[in-house]
Amino acid sequence: MKKILLSSIIVIIGIVFLGRLSYLQIFSYTPDLSDDPAIKRIYDYPERGYIYDRNGKLLVGNDPAYDVMVIPREVKAFDTLEFCSLLNLEYPKLIKELTKARHYSPRLPSVLVPQLSKEDYARLQEKMRHYNGFYIQKRSLRYYDTNAGANVLGYISEVNERDLANNPNYVQGELTGRTGVETVYEDTLRGRKGIQYIQKDRFNRDIGKYKDGALDVLPEQGKEITLTIDKDLQEYGEKLMHGKWGGIVAIEPATGEILTMISGPTYDPSLLVGRKRSANYTRLYNDSIAKPTFDRSISFEKSPGSPFKAINALIALQVGAVTPTTAFTCHHGFYIGRSKKGCHCGGGPRNLNSGIYLSCNAYFVGAYKKIFEQFPSNAEAMDAWEGHVRSFGLGSYLGSDLHTGRRGSVPSTELYNKWYGEGDKRWSATTTYSNAIGQGEVNVTPIQLANMTAAIANRGHYYTPHIIKKIEGKDIDIPKFTERKNTTIDRKHFEPVVQGMADVYHKGTARYVQIPDIDIAGKTGTVENFMVIDSVRTQLTDNSVFVAFAPVKNPKIAIAVYIQNGYYGSRYAGHIASLIIEKYIKGEISRKDLEKRMLERTLEREYAKPYSGEEFKINEYDWSKDAIKYQTEAIKDK
Amino acid sequence: MATGRSILKRIDWLTVLFYLLLVLMGWVNIYSSTFTDTDISIFDFSTLHGKQLFFILTSLASTIILLSLDPNFYERFSSLFYIISMVLLLGLFVFGKTIAGATSWYDLGFFNLQPSEFAKVATALGLAKYLSDIQTDIRRQKDQWYSFLILLIPAILIIPQPDPGSALVFFAMTFVIFREGLPLYYLGIGVMAILVFVTTLMFGTVWIAIGIALLLLLFMMLKKKKFKVPVLPVTTAIIATVVFSLSVNFVFNNVFEQRHRDRFSLWLRLEKDPQKLEKIRKTIGYNSYQSEKAIESGGIYGKGFLEGTRTKGNFVPEQHSDYIFTTIGEEWGFLGTASVVLIFTIMLLRLVFLAERQKTAFSRMYGYGVISILLIHYFINIGMVIGILPTIGIPLPYFSYGGSSMLGFTALLFIFLKLDANRMKEGY
Repeated sequence: MKKILLSSIIVIIGIVFLGRLSYLQIFSYTPDLSDDPAIKRIYDYPERGYIYDRNGKLLVGNDPAYDVMVIPREVKAFDTLEFCSLLNLEYPKLIKELTKARHYSPRLPSVLVPQLSKEDYARLQEKMRHYNGFYIQKRSLRYYDTNAGANVLGYISEVNERDLANNPNYVQGELTGRTGVETVYEDTLRGRKGIQYIQKDRFNRDIGKYKDGALDVLPEQGKEITLTIDKDLQEYGEKLMHGKWGGIVAIEPATGEILTMISGPTYDPSLLVGRKRSANYTRLYNDSIAKPTFDRSISFEKSPGSPFKAINALIALQVGAVTPTTAFTCHHGFYIGRSKKGCHCGGGPRNLNSGIYLSCNAYFVGAYKKIFEQFPSNAEAMDAWEGHVRSFGLGSYLGSDLHTGRRGSVPSTELYNKWYGEGDKRWSATTTYSNAIGQGEVNVTPIQLANMTAAIANRGHYYTPHIIKKIEGKDIDIPKFTERKNTTIDRKHFEPVVQGMADVYHKGTARYVQIPDIDIAGKTGTVENFMVIDSVRTQLTDNSVFVAFAPVKNPKIAIAVYIQNGYYGSRYAGHIASLIIEKYIKGEISRKDLEKRMLERTLEREYAKPYSGEEFKINEYDWSKDAIKYQTEAIKDK
Repeated sequence: MATGRSILKRIDWLTVLFYLLLVLMGWVNIYSSTFTDTDISIFDFSTLHGKQLFFILTSLASTIILLSLDPNFYERFSSLFYIISMVLLLGLFVFGKTIAGATSWYDLGFFNLQPSEFAKVATALGLAKYLSDIQTDIRRQKDQWYSFLILLIPAILIIPQPDPGSALVFFAMTFVIFREGLPLYYLGIGVMAILVFVTTLMFGTVWIAIGIALLLLLFMMLKKKKFKVPVLPVTTAIIATVVFSLSVNFVFNNVFEQRHRDRFSLWLRLEKDPQKLEKIRKTIGYNSYQSEKAIESGGIYGKGFLEGTRTKGNFVPEQHSDYIFTTIGEEWGFLGTASVVLIFTIMLLRLVFLAERQKTAFSRMYGYGVISILLIHYFINIGMVIGILPTIGIPLPYFSYGGSSMLGFTALLFIFLKLDANRMKEGY
């Protein structure tokens, strides 16, 4: 017993040691260099890539900024009073931030005070070395050379804890794109940050490069990108949108490049830069009525209204339901069963051409019924109709390179089967006649409308709308943006429809918005819209919609304008569209009085109505003197 | 008499091999932990690794002398060695040189001599001599006290230096006395006392009492039929335990200083408040925390020779001496640390084997003295560095930087190897 006692003790100690060592070195071991207090990482942030417009004009550049960083573990007792006054910081705030930093990590740097001004930096630079554990990190902030395009450009902000957890490439205090181009092209714009590994001793002194810099990474500059956006047009469009809610999207039909993408109301992108960013963002975000951060140009889904009639005309031609000369008589309306639905076109026989330019409801309901008659069953007719509609990119995200967006909706056999039940007698063209005039189950976003118009302008095809033009000065070569997408409508059917749209200008619902020397094809729309106010579905002033492309031959621009509560199509949308087209094609505006009126008029009174708590009238005429001559348009527009 | 030639045949080469392995590994790691990029030569005596190399070479040279001396010499003069050592320890109170707060050295100009390292050898010799004396009977109370006294004197002289760690080493030699017949229940009481001490700190007196009661119940249920409970001893034991437990609480809270309490609470992981823990890690527990972390960061394969980031950054204080094991942990990983543990384990088992095969009581007892001393150093040093024992500063034999300890441990081992080599010779 006594002889083996010592041997047993020796063996037991050996086993205990091996157990403890394997616990430490095998089970607790993490091969993470960031965990090592002997290794400091010094980051070298590359400048974020610049953003230019299609003509090479600067949209977004950079401004240097300075963050005060803290490594909690290295902080020694310091004069908090002096420190607070240096940084313009309240004492409780300092303690709060320090605690937060410690919670994040005692050994990794956290941002204590973000984005100092150059003046603060100059003042602090000298004194900073007296404070152990604090240092100043240079960073570049966005500088906006325009006050427009906030919805397109997006903004950048500090990475949050979720970003850090999801992407190990980020470190605290780094900036990342949040919306718009900044998010979509984050990887391109960001570049790659440089990392230097420094060996430290326990007094936190640098004692040389770790492994002689073998692991160091050189910074890689962010790439500059060129957008398809036209800066002047974007700025002009946003001025026109002043005081109006809605979206405008203009596309170059030959390429699918988005020329302008306007959402109203919007905000100055510079608001979301610097130390006021957070406060400003909260203010914008909390405006739940006007929703300035909501990009209406891509996310605002509504009925398209009359512009959709162009699509129905094309489908009717394609399936052989009508020829350009087929006529339907308008009795100042039309009958659905026994009930009469109104029409403002003036009545009389309507063919394709006059049906479009006078926007005759009776004609299109007739054509829509005829489409259904071409098929053995309503379901097949609906399927065919849906396929044609979808080939224009409606009801889909389009596959663009935009950050957000909505899909819109296109009704289907499935939907009506669900609503009315299956079977050929349950529903028919008559049940779904609203689709004929763009008021039914079809919902679109402004960008989809613009793309649809581009497809008509191209006489049968479109290119996926996109916003990127060049990266580092080189034209993009992304197949999904350069491949032509064909609609299911034969090319020959487009001419009569385009002619009808051109006549909208010459003699139709938009004859008052003609632009000298420019031939435009367009279609007005006046869309009924409703809102639930105190649990009552209440009709609001109609939405003013207009789609157009110009010139009619070799179109340079296809545009969709959607103005909320702007009343009839040409009243706001038509005028704004014509001004943008003129600006884009001619570079200047000849109709100064119209321009002035559009710039000055706002619809804020209209937007306030539903929230006033009082009863209100809708679709009021504006009896001001210069508006009188435009009133008559309204009567004939619907 | 043994000639120089025949000793080479009779010496236990396996132990020598382990010794050389440990010394070599020790030096490589001292080199790494004291290495700076400006070092030119490994024989530069202005560097610690240069000096250590010198100590190693001196030690190797000394083995020739140690092995060529007459084995009777060690037994005959063991009492003298013991007395000289005690005088040297006493002399420190007058002539001692203070380094890092401890008056443990004589300044010999070119070399600081630490007599406590040699006192270990002398005490092992002295104890073996006393116990092997024909007149000593370890079953006698008086002789038990005398043998304890032999261990107590150097310990008492060393504690005020202060160097409580080294003092502890002498108590480890009670193993020798146990081997020679001291009743084992002394050891049992000692182990129980440590257990009660630790469990009291961890769980409190109430749980100790409940625990004992449950154990007793279990014990009685297992031996229900024939067993008669010896009421008096059992009751005495329980009362003694509870009283001891209560006094532990009292001593811990009222006699210990805060730094002692912190050490224990760090060791037993009593402190749960992360902020206080952080504070302890930065102050009293800094060494333990850093050494554990350094070892952990080595992983299985280690970072490689001279590649240890924490070693380079000197994050672990005293890394070349008491904390040398962290360098192995960081740079050689689990493979390195496990090798060292295995070498020590096999070497110690080999020494037990050697001690048991001695023909004379003196050699056997000295052998046990050697094993006790090496084992306690190895156990406390590595146990402390890997965080399973509280911080007690004693060197890792053959590894840690230091001339006196290198020479002392070499002498300790080679005297035994010489005795072993001559075990078959009649009268040595």
